[in-house]
Amino acid sequence: MIAGAALGLLQVFVVAAGAPLLVGVLRTLKARLVGRRGPSPWQPYADLRKLLGKDAVVSETTSWIFRVTPYVLTASMLVTALVIPVLVTRPPLGFAGNIVLLMYLFLLGTFFLALAGLDAGSAFGGMGSSREVAVAALAEPTVILAVFALALRAGTINLGGVVERVEAEPWLAVNPAHLLAFAAFFIVMLAETGRLPVDNPATHLELTMIHEAMVLEYSGRYLALVEWAAAMKLFLFLTLLANLFFPWGVTHLAEPVPVALGLLALVGKLAVLTTLLALVETSVAKLRLFRVPELLAGSFALAILSVMAVFLLR
Amino acid sequence: MLRQLRLALQTGIVAEPAPRTSELERVGERLRTDILRRFGRSLHIRQVDAGSCNGCELEITGLTGPHWDLERFGLHFVASPRHADCLLVTGPVTRNMAEALRRTWDATPDPKFVIAVGDCGRDGGIFRDAYAVVGGVERVVPVDAVIPGCPPSPAALLAGLLDAIGRLG
Amino acid sequence: MARLGYALAAVLGLAAVGGGAAGMLGREWTLAVPWLVPLGGLELALDPLGGFFLALVGAAAVPASIYAIGAAGGAARGVGAYLVFVAAMCAVPLAANVMTFALAWELMSLASYFLVLHERERPESVQAAWAYAVMTHVGLACLLGGMLLLSAWTGSVRFADWRAGAPLLAAGARDLAFALLALGFAGKAGVIPLHIWLPLAHPAAPSHVSALMSGVMIKLGVYGLMRAGVDWLGGGPAWWGTALLLAGVVSAVVGVLYALVEHDLKRLLAFHSIENVGIILMGLGAGMLYRQAGLGGLALLGLVAALYHTANHAAFKGLLFLAAGAVVHATGTRDVERLGGLIKRMPWTAACFLVGAAAISALPPLNGFVSEWLTFVALLQNTQIAAPPLNLVFALGIAGLALTSGLAMACFVKAFGITFLALPRSDAAAGAREAGPAMRAGMALLVAACVALGLGPTVVLPRLAAVAAPLAGAGAPARPALGDWLTVQLSGDFASLSPLAIAAALTLGLAAPLVALRLAGASRRRRLYETWGCGRMLQTARMEYTATAFANPFKRVFDFFYRPAKRLDIEFHPESRLFVERIEYANPTRSIFEDWLYRPVLAGLHAAARSVRPIQSGSANLYLAYILVALIVLLVFA
Repeated sequence: MIAGAALGLLQVFVVAAGAPLLVGVLRTLKARLVGRRGPSPWQPYADLRKLLGKDAVVSETTSWIFRVTPYVLTASMLVTALVIPVLVTRPPLGFAGNIVLLMYLFLLGTFFLALAGLDAGSAFGGMGSSREVAVAALAEPTVILAVFALALRAGTINLGGVVERVEAEPWLAVNPAHLLAFAAFFIVMLAETGRLPVDNPATHLELTMIHEAMVLEYSGRYLALVEWAAAMKLFLFLTLLANLFFPWGVTHLAEPVPVALGLLALVGKLAVLTTLLALVETSVAKLRLFRVPELLAGSFALAILSVMAVFLLR
Repeated sequence: MLRQLRLALQTGIVAEPAPRTSELERVGERLRTDILRRFGRSLHIRQVDAGSCNGCELEITGLTGPHWDLERFGLHFVASPRHADCLLVTGPVTRNMAEALRRTWDATPDPKFVIAVGDCGRDGGIFRDAYAVVGGVERVVPVDAVIPGCPPSPAALLAGLLDAIGRLG
Repeated sequence: MARLGYALAAVLGLAAVGGGAAGMLGREWTLAVPWLVPLGGLELALDPLGGFFLALVGAAAVPASIYAIGAAGGAARGVGAYLVFVAAMCAVPLAANVMTFALAWELMSLASYFLVLHERERPESVQAAWAYAVMTHVGLACLLGGMLLLSAWTGSVRFADWRAGAPLLAAGARDLAFALLALGFAGKAGVIPLHIWLPLAHPAAPSHVSALMSGVMIKLGVYGLMRAGVDWLGGGPAWWGTALLLAGVVSAVVGVLYALVEHDLKRLLAFHSIENVGIILMGLGAGMLYRQAGLGGLALLGLVAALYHTANHAAFKGLLFLAAGAVVHATGTRDVERLGGLIKRMPWTAACFLVGAAAISALPPLNGFVSEWLTFVALLQNTQIAAPPLNLVFALGIAGLALTSGLAMACFVKAFGITFLALPRSDAAAGAREAGPAMRAGMALLVAACVALGLGPTVVLPRLAAVAAPLAGAGAPARPALGDWLTVQLSGDFASLSPLAIAAALTLGLAAPLVALRLAGASRRRRLYETWGCGRMLQTARMEYTATAFANPFKRVFDFFYRPAKRLDIEFHPESRLFVERIEYANPTRSIFEDWLYRPVLAGLHAAARSVRPIQSGSANLYLAYILVALIVLLVFA
């Protein structure tokens, strides 16, 4: 019981504390790829610390929705960190949910953030909300079908079960169905976490924004929470990609040494995925907004192919 | 895509070394006290064009490129004054922009400071006393520092910004 | 007097909950009065499935009636019809023979017809009632056709005898009976393309009636589908389940797509009813397919998912209609483009609507999530059926359900965000007042239901499984393993869920950042200032994003479905074309079903009527000649 709670806290700590570093490393890598020295990987921590020291300016048009949203967003990410196999296959709260739950936990955050975008009554916020929910809605079918392809193999949609199953048969990682599902999920990750070519996290131009436009009104501690939650979302999506598709190192033992090894393995896998993400982000341009659905349709097609490949190669 | 990546890897990092001296003119004592402590590692800047000829903007844009790369110092341009710690104001403040500038200052959360850029920002420059111009930035919002020049070069801008948060040299 | 009537309806609802709960727990009860009506007499019987729907009707009628006490404000119009409506809905799931069923069904339709005509001064209401009357009677004709055929073939008008006799009928006869019954019930359930009356009729009725019509009346269509599919006829070939599953997918996706571009608050909710009936049918269709494949456990799961979603939809859709009614009551408009800022003026209503919106968007830990999760789990296990075409149908269902839930979330961000947040877009919205205590009490009851059904699947599921077990066919476990008090555990290790644990974790997750911020010494000061608009002066409601703009990305993405017709109308100044006096821009969507299905049918009907019109000349001599000819023909054939 106590070991379980400690393990849960450890997972939450790894996600919560590691997420800003992940974003920092990604930014540094992207800067290096375009010939800049770039910020230090630790920069997001300094940003968050500074934001906590600042006052908040809140629009007088807004309601309690606007003020509650950062907390809901953070809470949904923290709960996700408890449910998914970050270090161990069966985290303490793993019994409480599965991939379908994850999908809806992310939707919970999106729902509130989109409402907060509308709350201030500015045109930017509404624009961001509208686009964010459009992208989220169109990404849903891909997520669930990619998951379905995994569940077909594993005979379960419980995350721990999927991980154990893929771990038991290492050659699954090079199975075509598996790789197709991975590609589909990777594209969905780009869309859900607001990366290029779907959304440019570094843009200053309101008219091209998706995620940024919704958070234009946030300041001080609220902004810190929103940014932190966004970083955790990226961390969690990459962790899902790493551990569901390549679950090497994720242990089912709740003991210090295997967990530490699991942490090391996770760091390694995340480093690879982050580099891949940085390469993708520096080498593609942002898509026109109404081209994004085509990208998502492409990822959906990949997911369908992956499901069919499972049937064919059975 | 691959060619582009190869080019990027071959070129390497082209950032210039950090500047050593600055021409920053401090107005008042605020910058000496709390700013250094708070913004030394992270400063988010909102740039406000209050009627500039866009000469300063061109130079400011140069800051984000690979050569001057202000992000390596933890400085960052943001899209909303809500996210900003510092307003970087250019231009002689025109009558049409005075109110917008005031609102932008009000929209920025405390603690915050203002840097006026260029000779126009300092006192109106060559546009001083023109009928459409209010004057320097400090006529509208409290200014904490000035980076002079017409326009100031990216090096001067970077030096001034680093000086303001106490990271010069 | 009117208040007394609604109070009576609430008491009736309570009694129905009690009776229904007894039925769900297995208490059998019958009442037969053979002399009261011809053709078999009045006969009522309570069984678990009927008990579930009876309890559902009662549970929805209680809050709706309490709400009506406040909303109707003592106006007498419609009380009688309302009472008849509730009573008839209670009778439908109890009916045990054709005559009783037809009477109760028609009484329910007629009473609701009069309620739709509530504002009979308005031409839209009259038109809505007309469309409703026509569609409901086309459905009734199909139903009666199917029931009379079954009666003739089995030799009995009692449903109990059908259970014994129908499985022995020839396959073609069973197919025909199912098709007729399914068409009739699907029309009542609002399944696409028979949905055309639903978005017209539901908004036209008073909101407490809309809540009942959407919450439970269309569910009686689902009840009929369940009875016909798995009870009376005792299951059938794979195409029955496939048809229901596909109809569910189409209804869900199309319903939510129409809702997205709809800006009349109550019509939007009505389209969501179509969507949710689609989700219910996915569970039901999956259950029937599993049943046909002999997978009793999975069939049970599909049926339970359908039943759970039925109950959930009654709770959150009832809640949403009541809250929307409170908005209409306060502002006098249903057009979301004229609303806004109501969260400050009607905080209770806003909070209730938010709970309903989160529940219908299937956000954890509310009830919509639990039943959509169950439906997913039911659909995802289709690999146990070894028939690739069917697996593909299931995959379509899975993707459709995922798309639907995403789009529903988007639609409710729009519905809640535009209606309740930011600045009011009209004087009516600016001057809105909070709803009265009775209305709030009605909504609060449904909020409690949404939360309880969301947190308590471990309590609810065994009861529903007991209801569905007799219907799930061979191999269905009588007491399936569903996990313990904390966790729902389905199909061994396939899927588990614990809403209680999730809710507890979410609460902790909400508290954790609060504590962390305090410990980190974060600034707690907050300054109010105007919305950031690039330094622009005078923020007004006209600068807000509108519902139309919000829905526009979807209109662009799905333009093959909406087929928007762009109209731009510019009026220039008479002196110079450089000066524009007025610009009117419209981008309405067109309905595929109206254009390609209903219009041709109606046109055909009209053409047929025109071609036989010459027979009706008005001349008495000619009519006498018709009579003579008819007599001669009869004599010849006799």
